[in-house]
Amino acid sequence: MGRWITKFALRCRSLVASKRVDAELDEELQFHLARHIEAQVSRGVTPEEARRQAAIAIGGLDQQKDACRDARGVTLIDHTARDIRYAARMLRANPGFTLVAILSLALGIGANTAMFQLIEAVRLRSLPVPRAEELTEVRIAGGNGGWGISENENSQLTLPIWEQIRDQQRAFSGIFAWGTTPLPIGSGPDARRVAGLWVSGEAFPTLGVTPAVGRLFGPADDQRGCSLTVVLNDAFWRAQFGGDPSVIGRTLIILDRPVPIVGVTAPEFFGLEVGKRFDIAVPACAAAIWGSPTDRRDYFWLSAMGRLRDGWTVTRAAKHLDALSPGIFEATAPVDRQPSSIERYRRFRLTAVPASNGVSSLRTTYGGALWLLLGMTGLVLLIACTNLMNLLLARAGAREHEIGVRLAIGASRARVVSQLLTESIVLAVCGAGLGVVLASPLSRGLVALLATTNNPLDLELRAGWPVLAFACGAGLITCVLFGLVPAFRASRTDPGVAMKTEGRGLTSNRDRLLMQRCLVTAQVAISLVLLFGAALFVRSFRNLITLDTGLRRDGVMFAMFADFSDRPSPERVLAAQSELLERIRSVPQVDAAAITTQFPLNGSSWTQGIELPASSTPERRSSKFTYVSPQYFNTVGMRLRAGRDFDEGDTATSRRVALVNETFARRYLGSANPIGVTVRTVAEPRFPSTVYEVIGVVSDTKYSALREPIPPITFVPIAQHPSPRPWPGIVIRSSAPPSTVMAAVKRSVGELRPNMAMAFTVFDTQIRDGLARERILAWLAGSFGVLAALLATIGVYGVISYLVVRRRHEIAIRLALGSGRTRVVRLILGEIAILLFVGLVLGGVLAVAMASGASSLLFGLSPRDPITLVEAAGVLAAIGFLASSLPAFRASRVDATAALRSE
Amino acid sequence: MSKPSDLVQGTLDLLLLKILALEPLHGWAVSQRLQQMSGEELQVSDGSLYPALHKLEQEGWIKAEWKTSELGRRAKFYELTRAGRKQLERETANWERLAAAISAIVRLREV
Repeated sequence: MGRWITKFALRCRSLVASKRVDAELDEELQFHLARHIEAQVSRGVTPEEARRQAAIAIGGLDQQKDACRDARGVTLIDHTARDIRYAARMLRANPGFTLVAILSLALGIGANTAMFQLIEAVRLRSLPVPRAEELTEVRIAGGNGGWGISENENSQLTLPIWEQIRDQQRAFSGIFAWGTTPLPIGSGPDARRVAGLWVSGEAFPTLGVTPAVGRLFGPADDQRGCSLTVVLNDAFWRAQFGGDPSVIGRTLIILDRPVPIVGVTAPEFFGLEVGKRFDIAVPACAAAIWGSPTDRRDYFWLSAMGRLRDGWTVTRAAKHLDALSPGIFEATAPVDRQPSSIERYRRFRLTAVPASNGVSSLRTTYGGALWLLLGMTGLVLLIACTNLMNLLLARAGAREHEIGVRLAIGASRARVVSQLLTESIVLAVCGAGLGVVLASPLSRGLVALLATTNNPLDLELRAGWPVLAFACGAGLITCVLFGLVPAFRASRTDPGVAMKTEGRGLTSNRDRLLMQRCLVTAQVAISLVLLFGAALFVRSFRNLITLDTGLRRDGVMFAMFADFSDRPSPERVLAAQSELLERIRSVPQVDAAAITTQFPLNGSSWTQGIELPASSTPERRSSKFTYVSPQYFNTVGMRLRAGRDFDEGDTATSRRVALVNETFARRYLGSANPIGVTVRTVAEPRFPSTVYEVIGVVSDTKYSALREPIPPITFVPIAQHPSPRPWPGIVIRSSAPPSTVMAAVKRSVGELRPNMAMAFTVFDTQIRDGLARERILAWLAGSFGVLAALLATIGVYGVISYLVVRRRHEIAIRLALGSGRTRVVRLILGEIAILLFVGLVLGGVLAVAMASGASSLLFGLSPRDPITLVEAAGVLAAIGFLASSLPAFRASRVDATAALRSE
Repeated sequence: MSKPSDLVQGTLDLLLLKILALEPLHGWAVSQRLQQMSGEELQVSDGSLYPALHKLEQEGWIKAEWKTSELGRRAKFYELTRAGRKQLERETANWERLAAAISAIVRLREV
């Protein structure tokens, strides 16, 4: 042990106090020589001869010193340190180059790291629970395909299915059900919705989540008919209660009732959904309390997750669940549905999928887009690298003389390469370091771009090992990319030639220029890929944002109401609704208002089966159904194409009437006059079969999503709704600013019903939020495209300038022999034309091949859109010529006499 | 600089350790002692002596100290460390095994 410390101390001393160590070595050797000479002289040799012999014996003082230094094993470190010092000096001597190099590397590596950080947080990281790799999700293979009613994206199973799985499965040592829902907390106008998490009693024990304070739910908390209790998320607890531990035993108002708080989860547990932190967790049994149809066999609101038993794999669990499926779906099959529908239900199969990193709608929505963006940032970094490589090649050319001298006085090629490479490594290390610093704000900015008002994102972005490793890897790869080739090339310099030509560099000239031409071609090709991608995403976003929805966008907002203290009885529902509607219409800022069961373009959908008895083909069809009050079409800006609008005469007891949209009329009725046609709905629970008479046609509108084609829609008066919900959704149109309208409506409705909870959505905001992914893709891809074009411009300019400098002599001869200046310009431009042409053709092929992978992210144009491709190529060509025009002009101004005389 | 061809690889280390095990010496004295002890049989060039000494010092087997030499001049004296003593035992054992093996082969009578 002591010996190692000694060794280390000695090595440090040799490095740090190298001067003293050298002095001591010198003294030691001098002493030896002196003694040698003395000994010889005492034997009668002349002093001169003695000195000569001693020197021969020791074999050269300097070599001796070198050998001793080698023996101390510090040469490598010493050389490296010297290389780094030299590199730092060289880089300081060229501040412009250094700044450009480090900044472009930092930006490139930073952007890549930020993107990777996001991907790591969204896709790669495990849930913060012990042994997350055992977690497996149970779901219906291929989903329920729209069968029944699904609450949200985490609604895989019904309660009856979950109970069957729980009781029959043998694959999991523990299994639990969960679901997500917004829950209203507080009361009256202060009420707000927070992210609620349903959990079955087994959830926390199975996951292994520990309480920060109090206790978490166990199986005892989740029994049928249970009373409501609540567990808080750590972040919610801190925000709402300031992290006060005495909160246990106090109550939180949920759904207008006081609910005892039993505990707080450990800080690292954010829930099961990546990117969406839950605020409060309640036992699944409590769902029945507010009349959710939890027991229904067609109501999907739960997900199930389990821990695999020892020795079980996901595949084995999937087989096991598949085998259980017929029994489970037979036992839970609904009875009050069409036979064909029940048959479809019976054919469902359960399967198991790995869930170690939780579930995430973010992942499904953005997964592909994130990898795509990482690919794009990678390409930008590649272009930046080629630029650096070009710069380094040019520098190596200028340093040929210096390198020639080094080689001539005995430097080995390995030393020259290692010294040149050290410069690249210093650049890469600085760039990567700065890049890591830049990455955090960049990725946070990205998350801010991704989050929308209705979909807040809570991602924990960490600069953990995977991220740092990624940045280091990126730095290393870039360094090898841009540094290795120029370094090796420079080391191949022939010292004799290099010194003879005095740095005019005619040696590997042609070879290197070929290399640089290839680099520029590659840059143009990659830039075209990026620019084309950018153009595609920007266009596709513009197509979506300017898409005519058929609905008025300005000044339209949707309001949702709920009063948990008062549920009107079915007979009173309609009266209560009209009272609310009249109240809102009486608000001065409100221009128009109407009730609807369906807000457009928010992703929800309501479909019913229909039959058209009068039609020549009486087969089953389906239509979207929306129940609205009179004035609805006027409020949302739809037009009546034929017939009449609903009016106060259409009541619960009058003749059943309906309006259909143009698509309905065209698709189902063809050229026949739609007015007077009858439509019969297919019976569903709570929706008995009803015959409606079509009294008019309204204009087409988008329905649940912008990207979807317009479906057939049937509108029915709200008064004729078979089972109206207690509180309606109301669409409001106003020319006043949304915040003013909301405040006025809140005040007015609050006077009428103090306990009414209200939530507003501005239609335009909703559309913009719905396009968050498209917007971020357009923004980022657009910036990458511009950046790529910029970098390519620099690359082209640099190479053409270099080319002109190198060919100055030749150009001078041409001019001297009588060639016109325009011909010189044409010569240079011809050069760039070839480079651009090859680059653009290559890039075009690459771009089309890569864009087809992104087709699902595009809207309203094909991934091979020729016009976009030609435009992108045109822009690049223009930029290329522009960038080379200055050097070309400079070439034509070459002073032939001066250039030739300098020979 | 080149290693003496008449010394088996690594043997110089053994010799130096052995010499320094007897008493602390400076470089010149080590070279003199080497010649003297081997009866002028082993010629170690001065060129390979110092790198070898430095290497041994680096390995922590010997340590150096500046002291006044017998003629009143400052000289660097090398001295065996505890680790060096162990290393000497190991190397000696190695050498004996090797020497025995080689002798056994060399003494084989040709049939």
